[in-house]
Amino acid sequence: MSDSSAPTQLSSPVRTGHIDGDDAPRPRRPAGFAPAASPDPSEAQVLARAQAGDHHAFAQLYSLHKRRIYSLCLRMVGNIAEAEDLTQEAFLQLHRKIGTFRGDSAFSTWLHRLAINVVLMQLRKKGLSLISLDEAMEPAPEEGPGRSFGAPDLTLAGAIDRLALERAVADLPAGYRLIFILHDVEGFEHNEIAAMLDCSIGNSKSQLHKARLKLREALRAHSQQEARL
Amino acid sequence: MREKNRMMSCEEFQAQLPELIGSGENAAEHEHIKTCDLCRALLADLETIAEAARQLFPVVEPPDNLWDQIESRIKNEEGPDGARGRVPSGAVPHPQ
Repeated sequence: MSDSSAPTQLSSPVRTGHIDGDDAPRPRRPAGFAPAASPDPSEAQVLARAQAGDHHAFAQLYSLHKRRIYSLCLRMVGNIAEAEDLTQEAFLQLHRKIGTFRGDSAFSTWLHRLAINVVLMQLRKKGLSLISLDEAMEPAPEEGPGRSFGAPDLTLAGAIDRLALERAVADLPAGYRLIFILHDVEGFEHNEIAAMLDCSIGNSKSQLHKARLKLREALRAHSQQEARL
Repeated sequence: MREKNRMMSCEEFQAQLPELIGSGENAAEHEHIKTCDLCRALLADLETIAEAARQLFPVVEPPDNLWDQIESRIKNEEGPDGARGRVPSGAVPHPQ
């Protein structure tokens, strides 16, 4: 039986044993698609040992990646208990599938993809806003560029209410929220997101743009409401 | 030549915007932005949102007992003999 949550083989260049855990903060790369930081041979050894069934090594992998996976789950579902369950499930999946990791992508990208599948399965199970990945990946002509026009005097003027933005992100359809979180919050590049979500780089850029437009719309509505009070 | 120099409409510019921003080009230097208040405001807002996103949702630590739960489920899945049991799991230290 096939497992829809299993990461498939990715087509990006081979970076064998590349692990970039959350103890090594992701540098913000402002432009282009430069490769991630160089592989750390000792981390590659940990991965190899974990793949060979070494529980200590698996515990080390957990330690390296737990914060980012837990944070991703929490950002996606907004509920601590649920985020803990999803993190637990993601690492169990990792334990089951770690032997299938071939180094075709960075380990962290592969693990994120696995965790994202766990999160999306959960959202689908709950029947929550199935305007999720599938829909976000489809072109939406009704949301064309014409919709993003607005009078300049309604600009956000460089100041954003952080809580309003967090609420607006939480209200985004899951697919948009996921891309926004992966790119703008977590700092993944479009090529990494494309590999995680099995979409084109152009699609990732375009969906991120739509997510930001939706946030702008929500924030402007919030500002207008505030102004009326 | 005339086509090349024709002023780009807002629709045309905004259609290119995802690629312009996503490829790291400086969209603020685009000819259209220099002459269009509307698109300049849009671009500024999108940049503000992307910048503010970096301050959102700080990376948080899962509770310490989460590993215990994961380890316990792994042991249950492996059974008493340890399906993968090449390395004994009994003395796995709590990951820091």
